[in-house]
Amino acid sequence: MDLKTRSAPPTDDEQRAVDSVLGAAPERNVHDVSGGHAYRAKRHLLLPTLHAVNDRVGWISETSIDYIATRLDVSPAEIYGVASFYALFSMKQRPSHQVHVCVDLACRAYGGMTEHELPAGAHPTPCLGLCEQAPAAFVTDAGSPNRQTVAGHVTPVEVRAWAGGTTPDREAERVATVPQAGDPSLVLLKRAGRIDPLDIDAYIADGGFLALAKARQLGPEGVIAEVNDSGLVGRGGAAFPTGRKWEAVRTQPIFPHYLICNADESEPGTFKDRALIENDPFALVESMAIAAFATNCQHGYIYLRGEYPRAHATLQHAITESRRGGYIGSNSGSDFDITIVKGAGAYICGEETAIFNSIEGYRGEPRNKPPFPVEVGVFGKPTVVNNVETLMNIPSIVLDGGQAHASLGSHGSKGRRLFCVSGAVKVPGVYEVVYGITLGGLIELAGGLRDGSELQAVLLGGAAGGFAGPGDLDLELTMEVTRNVGLSLGSGVVKVLDQTVDLVDQLQRLAAFFRDESCGQCVPCRVGTVRQEEAISRLASGARDGDLDLLRDIGQAMKDASICGLGQTAYNAIETAIVRLGVFSNA
Amino acid sequence: MVGLATVFGAGGGTSSYQEAAAADVIVMWGSNARNAHPIFFHHVMKAVNNGSKLFVVDPRRSETAQFADRWLGLHVGTDIALSNTIAREIIHAGLAHTAFVERATSNFDAYAASVEDWTLERGEQVTGVPADAIRQLAHTYAQADAAQMCWTLGITEHHNGVDNVLALINLALLTGQVGRYGAGLSPLRGQNNVQGGGDMGALPNKLPGFQDVVDDLARKKFETAWHATIPAENGWHLTEMFEAMERGDLKSVMVIGENPAQSEADGPHAVDLLEGLDHLVVQDIFLTKTAQLADVVLPGSTSWCESEGTVTNSERRVQRVRKALNPPGNARQDIQILLALAAEFGHHWHYETNEDIWDELRSLSPMHAGMSWARLEELGGIQWPCFSEDRLEPSYLHGRLWADDPTDRGRLAPFSVVIDDPPVEAVSDEFPLRLTTGRRLDSYNTGVQSAGYRSPNRRGETIDVSPEDAERMGIADGEIVYVTSPRGSVEAPVLIDPGLRPGLVFMTFHFPDEIDVNVLTIDATDPKSGTAEFKACAVRIDKIATQYAAAGQ
Repeated sequence: MDLKTRSAPPTDDEQRAVDSVLGAAPERNVHDVSGGHAYRAKRHLLLPTLHAVNDRVGWISETSIDYIATRLDVSPAEIYGVASFYALFSMKQRPSHQVHVCVDLACRAYGGMTEHELPAGAHPTPCLGLCEQAPAAFVTDAGSPNRQTVAGHVTPVEVRAWAGGTTPDREAERVATVPQAGDPSLVLLKRAGRIDPLDIDAYIADGGFLALAKARQLGPEGVIAEVNDSGLVGRGGAAFPTGRKWEAVRTQPIFPHYLICNADESEPGTFKDRALIENDPFALVESMAIAAFATNCQHGYIYLRGEYPRAHATLQHAITESRRGGYIGSNSGSDFDITIVKGAGAYICGEETAIFNSIEGYRGEPRNKPPFPVEVGVFGKPTVVNNVETLMNIPSIVLDGGQAHASLGSHGSKGRRLFCVSGAVKVPGVYEVVYGITLGGLIELAGGLRDGSELQAVLLGGAAGGFAGPGDLDLELTMEVTRNVGLSLGSGVVKVLDQTVDLVDQLQRLAAFFRDESCGQCVPCRVGTVRQEEAISRLASGARDGDLDLLRDIGQAMKDASICGLGQTAYNAIETAIVRLGVFSNA
Repeated sequence: MVGLATVFGAGGGTSSYQEAAAADVIVMWGSNARNAHPIFFHHVMKAVNNGSKLFVVDPRRSETAQFADRWLGLHVGTDIALSNTIAREIIHAGLAHTAFVERATSNFDAYAASVEDWTLERGEQVTGVPADAIRQLAHTYAQADAAQMCWTLGITEHHNGVDNVLALINLALLTGQVGRYGAGLSPLRGQNNVQGGGDMGALPNKLPGFQDVVDDLARKKFETAWHATIPAENGWHLTEMFEAMERGDLKSVMVIGENPAQSEADGPHAVDLLEGLDHLVVQDIFLTKTAQLADVVLPGSTSWCESEGTVTNSERRVQRVRKALNPPGNARQDIQILLALAAEFGHHWHYETNEDIWDELRSLSPMHAGMSWARLEELGGIQWPCFSEDRLEPSYLHGRLWADDPTDRGRLAPFSVVIDDPPVEAVSDEFPLRLTTGRRLDSYNTGVQSAGYRSPNRRGETIDVSPEDAERMGIADGEIVYVTSPRGSVEAPVLIDPGLRPGLVFMTFHFPDEIDVNVLTIDATDPKSGTAEFKACAVRIDKIATQYAAAGQ
């Protein structure tokens, strides 16, 4: 189109970064120029292009926006709108060395710094998904090569040193995330600590890709029948029956079909997907290959949050090796292949329709439903969206049969479940259990409370979940039981808070989180999350008449009228803290 | 219009706006519709958004070309060469629609022979457009389910403009891309009612409804209705009128709603001729430069709000316009001025209402017969032809060419042998740059109707130059230079435009009061249509030695 740019060329580094994704710019030709659809068809490369510029240059300048605009035939204003949507991208010049320190629920409660305590040169960031090694930090050094390090158990001394320009000399532990590693009863986590996640031969020797072979024998209908029999439901929080979703896409007459693995694990307190990917990446590739076979999907995307550099590298390696081994890609007998799309620091992009927009190169704003993704998903085509943990259940269901899976757990919650236990327990980490364990039992599994700790509250299900109290230790952790008492398991967060934690501070942080992460598209959420934070702030600094009622009203409005789950659940945890724990009861 | 009338018998675009969205290929040839026809271009953008392929053929990589899947940047005035090359490629690739060609057209063999020499290589050499681009356009256009061929003044404002149009029509005939929904030929009109003017017979050779002046039967019908005698021979078109003024054969002129003192090529000469008339009458809503030369000025009315009647848009849609205001002061509705003049001449025409005039037209022009005002209002406008009040015709013209029955098919559409003929004025050592003219989004023609409004985009007149030429001549963006053609010289600021290639420069004609670009243009005209070659003359650019002080110094 007739783009209006400022006509200043990009710097060499900017141009190299953009060209590394989009290819070299065509030469100026005065008699013949191709453009139009061919350029705009690369729109889905916008997010990777922005990553390339941000990684190499450290920020996204006007000249790079103009250059990307001309390469994609998209207006600079729209490029700016997309780039500025994501927290990891800077629209202002900044030093190449950046220190992001987690100030979210788990880290601030256990040794981490708050927004106000950070030294100059360090920026607050929402949950980095390293709660079991809290407090966490993410340090990036723009350039070529680009360097990204995630560190756990960071001390204020280290944060100050890194803010001063040094880089962590250690990375977060991989296996430490899985305290049960090696336990022969494990299924989802069975390879953690036993198998080298970078070795495809070790994976094959450990029964890898057998499920894919069996799936091909069963045929798509056979696989879906097993998944239906298993009673497997989505583990991302919404608990939709996986088999029904697959069947809906399989039978869609419009092609291509797409498979998306949602690995944008950003729910504060959640880190199970990272544990799975970093420890058993081939299993995810195999699970996706099976899912694609069953649903007739031609291409798969893994939407991985941008703050997981090691998970990204591990997974990329696994995809390359699996392609080489003929399990996916053009040598696999089907053309199914997998692309990783890296998120860029936007919690909302974990919402399944926001993922579509983000992958397509638009602002990651959720879409209205209907139409549902199984009919009109990414690129307007039928799409399966499954969480990492959901997919990781597939190989055992295919190999052992759906009945074996269904025989585990309770009437309403079948099979196994991962819980992300963090906070005031002796051994925080990801725990695999059969549905039905009690809250107290899970805390015992994690070594019990730390010495000297008294249980004050447990945040169940993440920021979108709710608070349980000391009286809930006998609560069965199944979907039906938690639902009956007004809680939810959500993404499997079990954050244990002892008497040292300031619950009001936690609620303020929750409110700030939702305000910050609201995409602003719909009014109830955009305005509601701000008003909610203000009301909590007032309540925290002393009672004000009517603020509890106001909170309830705002919460109801957000629940009733928001487009997506973010706004609909933004009041959940706060409500449970007020109702079940009596926070602000003096108000 | 002459080209379309020659081939199909009716001088109108064959398709409707909405059909652009149904075309899977759109070719915009010599048209910067993004700027010059923004309403139509919205339909194009809709089509593009739905996946239609867009080709733009234009010497400049214009704003429209920047939307294109492929831009073919031909040399100015090589349109026939390009069209003939495309035709040969289509024929040799076996992509001609032979069934259509055999049943609905004539003169194919002569045409095929005439393009036989136009190999891709020769086409590339003459037009500058790479063979691969020509081949892609040829194949895509020929293989499209439905393709639109759209053009504007980049085709017609040449000394051989009619031949250019015929060259494009040839391509549609060759591939059967006409007479079907979505497939057609769309000349975009520059003014909201320019089509209506032609419909009503404001052409030197036509009576209302495109009935020929020289057709005795048609003339008789009008003479009976009008109780008057109509001259049996064609009149003069605008350019011929100026030639007649030059010869002294034309001494008295009435101008309605035109500004020839500023819109004619070689403007100073046009002014001389107008000043030399015995008597000049101008009827307008503004005191234009032409009106300032007049002996009598008759203040008319604004058609969209001060008069009752109809307008016809580019897709042949006749629409009602309604009077909201009385004309100010002594201004009158245009029709009232004409009736008063007729009365002075001894013809006491009497109509109770403007609708009576319309109904008289319906009784004389078959293509308007079915368009009562009530029906126009009910349907929000009706496209011609509309022969009866109980039915509507298809939105496209010439569907008859696809009929099985030869009688229904009617007169076959003839291919036209057209010969490549470069612009009259070649570039030379003295005048090495090719100047072409055009429009910008926020200005309208000579500015009579748009200069009174402010626009943040309006930069005034500029001489647009390629980055390469600017560097070679050592001229900077914004620098004021002399632009000189064999006819005259103007001063204009430079605008560097990467959409231009070396050797090609561009100006508009929106600001004649500040910079009169038509001092530069050549008044070579097409003998068939009377349209002047605004699109091609030769100029040179000279630096002005004096350094102008920057603003505020």
